[in-house]
Amino acid sequence: MNDTMKKNFHDALRKGVRRDGRKLTQFRDLEIEFGVSSTSHGSARVKAGNAEIIAGVKIDLGTPYPDTPDEGSLMVSTEMLPLSHRKFEGGPPGIDSIEAARVVDRTIRESKAMDLKGLCITEGEKIWFVAVDLMPVSYDGNMIDLGVIAAMAALQDARLPKIDKEGKVLLEELSDKKLPLKEKPLAVTVFKYADQYVIDPTEVEERAYDARLTIGLLDNGHLCSLQKGGEGPLTVDDIEHMFDLADKTAKGIRKSIK
Amino acid sequence: MAIKRHDGRKWDEARPIIAKAGVIPQADGSGFFKIGDSTAYAAVYGPQELHPRFMQNAKKGIIRCHYNMQPFSGPGSRGRPGPNRRSKEISMVMENALSPVLQLEDYPNTVVDVHVEFTETDAGSRCAGICAAAIALADAGISMKDMVASMAVGHMDGDIVVDLDGVEEHHKGEVADIPLAVIPSTGEITLLQMDGVTDPKIVLKAIKTGRDIVAKVSEIQRQALLDRYPTESPKWKEIAKKYKEAKK
Repeated sequence: MNDTMKKNFHDALRKGVRRDGRKLTQFRDLEIEFGVSSTSHGSARVKAGNAEIIAGVKIDLGTPYPDTPDEGSLMVSTEMLPLSHRKFEGGPPGIDSIEAARVVDRTIRESKAMDLKGLCITEGEKIWFVAVDLMPVSYDGNMIDLGVIAAMAALQDARLPKIDKEGKVLLEELSDKKLPLKEKPLAVTVFKYADQYVIDPTEVEERAYDARLTIGLLDNGHLCSLQKGGEGPLTVDDIEHMFDLADKTAKGIRKSIK
Repeated sequence: MAIKRHDGRKWDEARPIIAKAGVIPQADGSGFFKIGDSTAYAAVYGPQELHPRFMQNAKKGIIRCHYNMQPFSGPGSRGRPGPNRRSKEISMVMENALSPVLQLEDYPNTVVDVHVEFTETDAGSRCAGICAAAIALADAGISMKDMVASMAVGHMDGDIVVDLDGVEEHHKGEVADIPLAVIPSTGEITLLQMDGVTDPKIVLKAIKTGRDIVAKVSEIQRQALLDRYPTESPKWKEIAKKYKEAKK
């Protein structure tokens, strides 16, 4: 996007106009569907406008790390697929992909959403290793916020594999035991365009922002992760305003996906 | 042939199929194909300029397929993400399966990229991938002579069956799985692979009897495109009217 286009874009935002008719701080309507992949141990599809993400969980038997012998482990990975948008190329993951994956992972990990002790089978010997993979089917911006929603939905849908009488794990048969989830973290990214704040941008809108702040939030409004992105600086006033906006947005999302 | 299949299907009965066109708004064309528990998403980007330039062909464009399974789409443990030798080979046979119907001479110096991703697989994924890709190519408006339909045929202890699922592929007795892709109008075969020890007569019988059944899958693919571009829609009628007037 060149400077003139960027300026026009900022002028439009100042008048409160977005290409899809939304208000500046309005999140797209969310559509969540559970159980979309029979081979996974849990899965979900999240749609918001033209954006669509599928999250799949795989649970496996593992050995605990020596420093946490009574804790299982959780990992969230994201790959920006060339299938989902022409701007992504094949090959090793680009920096956008790595950042999104790490921030989604950090938001869920640091929120202590998963009771890792509840994933321990035998202390010091056997634990559950939970892996969530995010697959953008159609990329249309705001990957981190939508990614956290998709990953949490898939974790909610997941069931632990069966263990037979001899203690053998049957990875292809599911028990009715859910994962030990305690929190429902959300990420809300507030984008700054000149002097305007925007929530949930589309891919085209994402091309023109100056700075952004991803804010991980717990149910009770406490923060669990932060990530500032973009070339532009943020003032303390900006940050305060962004916290407020994120809190309001998170409450709205929680209400809509209840 | 009164073979008993574990899920009660007849020998010539495929698993339930769902096909859709235009499922990925960001792509130039896209397709969705689900057969049983194998689900493929295909997106087409292009024709677009091909880089590096030395690969460009001034006489015709090229097609590049990219087959990829999501880490949660296989049985058992999580799969390693990214390309591997298997996915590279399948990508190549997919290109060969699709290119005979594509009129790539219409697009010199370009590439048509076809990305195929799987969210779940239960045998027959490459065939589902080819079906989804063919829908996506048509949805993208790439010049095509015909559709390409694909499904596995095979035999279990000498009895011919179509569309083997995961349980049947691991049948204890003699079993062979033969993924086929067919150009429906000519009956030509554009994908042929097999694993399993088999009498050549049975293989030929499986291909001969299975071919027409595979070709019928194209009706489902066509319906997916008709659903996306309904001929009764006012917009379509307007285009048809303009076309007729232009012809005069």
